[in-house]
Amino acid sequence: MSEENKKLLTVSASPHRRTQDTTTGIMLDVIIALVPALVLSVVLFGFRSLAVIAVSVVSCVVFEYICRKVMKRNNTLGDLSAIVTGILLAFNLPSSMPLWMVVIGDAVAIIVVKQFFGGIGQNFVNPALVGRIVLMMSFPTYTNSFPTPFAWRIEELDAVTSATPLAQFAGNYSIDSALSVMNSAELPSLAQMFFGIRGGCLGETCAAALIVGGLYLIVRKVITPTIPLFYVGTVAVAMLIAGSGNISFVAYQLLSGGLLLGAIFMATDYTTSPLGFKGKVIFAVGCGIITSLIRIFGSLPEGVSFSIILMNILVPHIESLTSSKPFGTVKEKKSKKEEVA
Amino acid sequence: MAEKKSLGQEFTKGIIKENPVLRLVLGTCPTLATTTSMESAIGMGISAAIVLVCSNIVISALRKVIPQKVRIPCYIVVIAAFVTIVQMLVKAFVPTLDEQLGVYLPLIVVNCIILGRAEAFAGKNSIVASAVDGLGMGVGFTVALIVMSAVRELLGAGSLLGHSILPASIPPMTIFILAPGGFFVFGLIMACANKLAEMGGGKKAKLSGCEACPMAESCAKLHGGEACETAENAETAQAEATPVETAEVKEAAE
Repeated sequence: MSEENKKLLTVSASPHRRTQDTTTGIMLDVIIALVPALVLSVVLFGFRSLAVIAVSVVSCVVFEYICRKVMKRNNTLGDLSAIVTGILLAFNLPSSMPLWMVVIGDAVAIIVVKQFFGGIGQNFVNPALVGRIVLMMSFPTYTNSFPTPFAWRIEELDAVTSATPLAQFAGNYSIDSALSVMNSAELPSLAQMFFGIRGGCLGETCAAALIVGGLYLIVRKVITPTIPLFYVGTVAVAMLIAGSGNISFVAYQLLSGGLLLGAIFMATDYTTSPLGFKGKVIFAVGCGIITSLIRIFGSLPEGVSFSIILMNILVPHIESLTSSKPFGTVKEKKSKKEEVA
Repeated sequence: MAEKKSLGQEFTKGIIKENPVLRLVLGTCPTLATTTSMESAIGMGISAAIVLVCSNIVISALRKVIPQKVRIPCYIVVIAAFVTIVQMLVKAFVPTLDEQLGVYLPLIVVNCIILGRAEAFAGKNSIVASAVDGLGMGVGFTVALIVMSAVRELLGAGSLLGHSILPASIPPMTIFILAPGGFFVFGLIMACANKLAEMGGGKKAKLSGCEACPMAESCAKLHGGEACETAENAETAQAEATPVETAEVKEAAE
């Protein structure tokens, strides 16, 4: 811990301000913010969704422990970040996912993406998202079949699957046909969409619960609203153009897929998002543009995970472009120095 | 030059310690492209090994005839000749393999392992030593490809050499036969090879600089001789950087 503090102190010139925030405290806040969506997922998709979340969290914690032990590094279970990764990865999977596949996704997230690069604070992309993408590319039939909400009360869980609203839109983005899908297809109503009564990954469906969680994080000052607002806003603008001004089309787009989950909980990850306001805006707008492009032109129905990963990779460059200059530094001198380096 | 090694050492160094793919990181393009199935990996490894041994022998035999300034074109002509022979043989006797390897078979011409060995070894050593070096490197390349393709085919398609191994109830992880999975496996196996080389008495892997190169031992630059290609580049880059640095130091001194 003391070593970490030392490292922080060399980041910028004085004066410094100490806060009482700890990694554990922040992660605990994120977990609390995820609870509403977690409860709703159990209500919507049954105890199977709880099983997926539990398996994911336990295996993340176990992998983290084993990794740190084998690599002879200090134990970091106490910072709770493995639990957050576990919950987020589970939120990105359908509740019908076979449990051993969930474990594989956790292994990729924790071992390959997080610990190989040095553990918390060192990963260059969001671990949970890479875990999801690996599973998506490996087992497409399992990650793309979504149980219908409340089906668990009626019959066997796997028996009923439904297309997500986005899948119904997919391939129908010549403006007229997208609008005709909206009129003809059996889309859930906007109110149903808002409360998550639609097919989808187990944590992403209930917009209301995610927004409540996001507000909690903003009130607790764990995240700033910059990234979620600009991310969602960019998608809204793009969809307004794509849907030639149809407002309810925009609303469907914002409420479907993993957009809110991604914008509130994944894109705001400290390690993989820029620090400054300007950088955050560039990052979020970039995420929004890539998401919209994938949704409109891509062969995949959903692009939130890919867009966040792609922008994660650009974060170091965004940072170096937007880093604030120390007070008193003359601009010309700085550019000269950079040339030399 | 480093001190002379016995022929046995020349052979074994190519398998782990100076494995062309895993330690020298040469020829990664065919490695990633042809390891999606074990069959094509074995075919690729053996074809490249044959070309490597033959071109090493011929280049070593001609090393006193080839003028220093045009050595690279000369090497390429020799290598291209052998690749053409191998390609014709493969086309004639194992056409299915030719189909599987596609463009990667003629691309052996520009495989940097073969050119690298010609430049770093065959151009300076006797015919016998060059042949043994080529054989060792060829075996090392083939072994690396087989290990990688075994992992990728087993996990990505659930089979080995085309025979399905995993029960049908376990769906294979398709990502392993796609490009990203190739990079994952490549990185992991490279890490294992570094560990093995370290345990076998090799130096601990360095991450940057000329000493980090596993070929450092046979590199003329580090032993005061004629610079090798990469070292030359590094030197010029350094030379460009130095005047500015010294100017800065002077400024600071004043």
